[in-house]
Amino acid sequence: MSANNDVLLHVDNLVMHFPIYRGVFQRQVGAVHAVDGVSFDVKRGETLGLVGESGCGKSTTGRTILQLYKATAGKVLFDGADLMSLKREEMRWMRRQMQMIFQDPYASLNPRMTVADIVGEPLMVHNAATGKEIQERVAHLLELVNLSPSFAGRYPHEFSGGQRQRIGVARALALQPSFIVCDEPISALDVSIQAQVVNLLEELQEQFNLTYLFIAHDLSMVRHISKRVAVMYLGVIVELAERDELYSQPLHPYTQALLSAVPIPDPLADARRKRVILEGDVPSPVNPPSGCRFRTRCPIADKICAETRPEFRQLKPGHFVACHFAERFLQ
Amino acid sequence: MTETTPSGDNTLLRETAAIREIGRLERFLGPENYRIMVGLLKTPASIIGFVLIGVFIIIALAAPVIAPPVTPNDPYKIPRDGFSSEPQPMGSPWTRKTPPVPFWYEPIMGTDQWVHILGTSQGQYDVFYGIIWGTRTAFRTGLIVTIATFLIGIIIGSVSAYYGGIVDNIIMRVVDIFLTLPFILAALILAAVLTPRIGKSLFPAIIALVTFGWMGYARIIRGDILSIKERDYIMAARVIGVKDSRILFRHIIPNAIFPTLVLASLAIGDVVLSFAALSFLGIGTEVGYADWGQVLSFARNWITSLNTYWYIVVWPGLTLVLYVMGFNLVGDALRDVLDPRMRGKS
Ligand SMILES: Nc1ncnc2c1ncn2[C@@H]1O[C@H](COP(=O)(O)OP(=O)(O)OP(=O)(O)O)[C@@H](O)[C@H]1O
Ligand code: SF4
Ligand SMILES: [Mg+2]
Repeated sequence: MSANNDVLLHVDNLVMHFPIYRGVFQRQVGAVHAVDGVSFDVKRGETLGLVGESGCGKSTTGRTILQLYKATAGKVLFDGADLMSLKREEMRWMRRQMQMIFQDPYASLNPRMTVADIVGEPLMVHNAATGKEIQERVAHLLELVNLSPSFAGRYPHEFSGGQRQRIGVARALALQPSFIVCDEPISALDVSIQAQVVNLLEELQEQFNLTYLFIAHDLSMVRHISKRVAVMYLGVIVELAERDELYSQPLHPYTQALLSAVPIPDPLADARRKRVILEGDVPSPVNPPSGCRFRTRCPIADKICAETRPEFRQLKPGHFVACHFAERFLQ
Repeated sequence: MTETTPSGDNTLLRETAAIREIGRLERFLGPENYRIMVGLLKTPASIIGFVLIGVFIIIALAAPVIAPPVTPNDPYKIPRDGFSSEPQPMGSPWTRKTPPVPFWYEPIMGTDQWVHILGTSQGQYDVFYGIIWGTRTAFRTGLIVTIATFLIGIIIGSVSAYYGGIVDNIIMRVVDIFLTLPFILAALILAAVLTPRIGKSLFPAIIALVTFGWMGYARIIRGDILSIKERDYIMAARVIGVKDSRILFRHIIPNAIFPTLVLASLAIGDVVLSFAALSFLGIGTEVGYADWGQVLSFARNWITSLNTYWYIVVWPGLTLVLYVMGFNLVGDALRDVLDPRMRGKS
């Protein structure tokens, strides 16, 4: 995967280990292998879905890309710029290009600031506007996310979950970024308003030519919005493909298991499907299994799976998978 | 498949009436702090506490009217009625240098003969004056000590939490060491050392109480900052590109400071108790200064005959107890409201 002009974000072998300290002298006794060698590209204007169970490292991936954690290893190229080599102030400047929308709309807004302060803060700290101009821009941003500008003087706790999430979206849009990490932006919302927020994100994407990394914990949530989908398990990406390709011909046993858990509306087709039930629990990221991360739960695991880590390879054009035996599922 | 379907109709989203109605106070304080306030105002014990504190505030404000001073430019000097050492009983008339009679006295008592309402103590110091003007002293010392310890605690705690690592480790060890010192004894020694240097006044005791009183605040604010630091809105501020100093002052401290602030304001009672203790032991103000500990200390030589002279210890003692109780009642209620967050309090 080499960088070219329609690639906006290039992530190369990203590793994020959180050290664990113990004892009086705070010695490091281990590490949480939250992200362990993740590579992918995000193309301009597309939405890449990132899916995986809770705790598999999705948020950490998004946050490490945005340089909110100092990566243990790897490379992040954004629009050609190597983010990890940027100085503090350069990175701060770069942040205008890359924003984030959070999962929990209650926790991600400062309860002591008004909506106007929250949405206007990015403009203020980057000197993008001053005084009255900030007010006008805030009003405009609120309209963009379908909130009345008359709410500007209110505090976050006066709003419903969906409304708060839209305040978060307005804040992310304030600096006119090109890339937004959407970290499970709808998981915490009522089902009835999830669609509204997704539609809003899509409309905004079209209007401003935004690129999304859209994180979710189940495949049905990203299906509608994503152009391509990456499936993550215990710190690694196990499969990445165009959406329709991934849903119709999953090549990794884990993806197959996830898909078989998703109910499909046609009962006949549903009955014909082969069900893969996952056994056991996700192993601890402090002490991940050797070789293939998935081998402790994989129905077709073999000796080699414990010995060598499967390479993340391109089996079909644009279809990447990390499994020794993925060929079996090719038709 | 629970797939989300596009409706293309976001006009539905224009909720205008869905906004939750909330009061001014909640808006101003934010939801967490508001919950604390409401919790406090709902507990009967804390209401009694607030009433007691309120009464003392009124006494302090109205002191010149309740007990007009003999020497208006030195009102904290307790007026004396002679120099004999034996206390005079309650209601005995003023004989020398009678202070101005307060306006409320004649309508109630039907006479303009000003008496020692609560008697006189050793050296003919008027107990009533000592208590009334002592209320002002109590608030003054309480406020000065509390504000100073609060500020020092906030600064040290913030620095510790903000820099983390070695700085945090060192500061927290220093806090531990200070906490192992016996508070009153340490304060007593420091005040005793300071008194000959800066003279007899409120200050030696104030400095001593501040020196050994800031650690609790430092710990609490440090804990609160560390917990606030992990909130998503701090992460959000970093994503936006807010500078560290602004994150600390605009995002972290305003959200972390409220519990410490409330605790501090309730610590005034304890400060006054410690202050009275130092004063009783003879460290602090010059003899005759209106201060509860000082008034109590007049009783030291009469302990064996307190069944005759009970009023020289009961009235100032009761005043002190009610004052401290007022703050403690509110403080206990606060602890209940804050409960899960009280870990780490000294
Ligand atoms: N700051 C941190 N320090 C230490 N460990 C962390 C930190 N952040 C995350 N982890 C650990 O890293 C692993 C991955 O966490 P992460 O939040 O990225 O998962 P996730 O896929 O986003 O899960 P979820 O769906 O629950 O949000 C988890 O085991 C988590 O406990
Ligand atoms: S590499 Fe082995 S264990 Fe891993 S998914 Fe493939 S078959 Fe299963
Ligand atoms: Mg997450």
